[in-house]
Amino acid sequence: MKSVAEILKEIRPEFDFTNSTDFLADGLLDSFDMMVLVSALDKNYGISIPGTDIVPENFQNLQTIETLLCKNGARL
Amino acid sequence: MNFTFRRKRISGILVVMPANERCFDEEMKNFNFPPARSLKLKEVMGFDKRRIVTPGVCVSDLSVFGLQKLFERGWLRREDIDALLLVTQTPDHFMPATSCLVHGRLGLKHDVLCLDINQGCAGFVIGLMQAFMLLEQEAVKKAVLINADVLSRKASPKDRNIYPLIGDAASITVLERDTQDSVIYGNVKADGSRAEALIIPAGALRLPSTPETAVLEDVGDRNLRAKDHVFMDGSAIFNFVQTEIPPLIESLLKQAGVSVDSVDYFLCHQPNRFMLEKLADKMKVPYAKMPNNVVEHFGNNGSVTIPTLIAFNLGERLLKESLHVCLAGFGGGLAWSSLLLKLGNMEFNSIVEYK
Repeated sequence: MKSVAEILKEIRPEFDFTNSTDFLADGLLDSFDMMVLVSALDKNYGISIPGTDIVPENFQNLQTIETLLCKNGARL
Repeated sequence: MNFTFRRKRISGILVVMPANERCFDEEMKNFNFPPARSLKLKEVMGFDKRRIVTPGVCVSDLSVFGLQKLFERGWLRREDIDALLLVTQTPDHFMPATSCLVHGRLGLKHDVLCLDINQGCAGFVIGLMQAFMLLEQEAVKKAVLINADVLSRKASPKDRNIYPLIGDAASITVLERDTQDSVIYGNVKADGSRAEALIIPAGALRLPSTPETAVLEDVGDRNLRAKDHVFMDGSAIFNFVQTEIPPLIESLLKQAGVSVDSVDYFLCHQPNRFMLEKLADKMKVPYAKMPNNVVEHFGNNGSVTIPTLIAFNLGERLLKESLHVCLAGFGGGLAWSSLLLKLGNMEFNSIVEYK
């Protein structure tokens, strides 16, 4: 199983996600990347993140993404 | 708002699909994004092939072509059309109504109601409701609903948010009274406060087209579009669909007193594969009961996606049998609407190519 950081790196290999606290505001992800990320996270963790949870505040940084995953039953 | 219609049926659907096919793999080089990133998006959203009109083709051209096919094949007689409804957001002209242009080009009888309806992706379901209401009148024995858009002509080829998913098409749906004691349930909602989430800012009277409104602008997301082009706030539309559509359908099923399991198919508007899979997950509907393959074959052709879905996936089957289906449309306005009906034993249900 891949880590969230590894999945992010696959989507946007040109960025270092460890130095940002707000991926969207810092331009590391856009709304379409968010959908690609959700699809990858769903497959990786065998879950389905609800569409109503696909909002910018849940994808601000590694911590908010991991909180979202735990909420939806992922085992990190 | 809930509706109930009795003794009405859809007797046929003909979809008119432009022969001109575009392929995402070839088009992605036009966008200001690395190919690898676009290919990931393709996989998730289901982008692949789509159909768009060639330059100069208008809504009335597709509509007249489709109606002529129906006349030629004996599926509809021109003198039987008592109401001609045309749903579009890309009319031939501001005035007159495109339905009148279609009427004139086909030489239809004068004893008819021609009506244009400005609706987008909710327009098939809302158009059906209007047609069912007209069929309440004794004088209206047969209503023809045309859904048609050529939105590719208003989309920026440099805007990856919208250009690779847009398709053009028309559909002709014939409606009449049902000899069976059938009941159709429907509901509709609107929220104009979110109108700017899907808009063509310039070109009408609020902001007329000028050389300035035709200039491509970088709005900060690596996409280039002009004010003359269609704009979609993808995040707002996504959240709208995920928030509003499940309760809309739940309410419809409750109104009809049926369960999700008793519905054979949920035939929804086709924005993209990802959005529909998330909708199916939320509603706990198997993907097989909520097909999502229109975008990959034809693109998102606005209010024509549901008839395309029906003709493409259930074309032959619905000529011989009847299925319990839920239709759901949602889009610009914002507007969202659903219908629960028996669909089948149709006289025609197919796709023809416009060349």
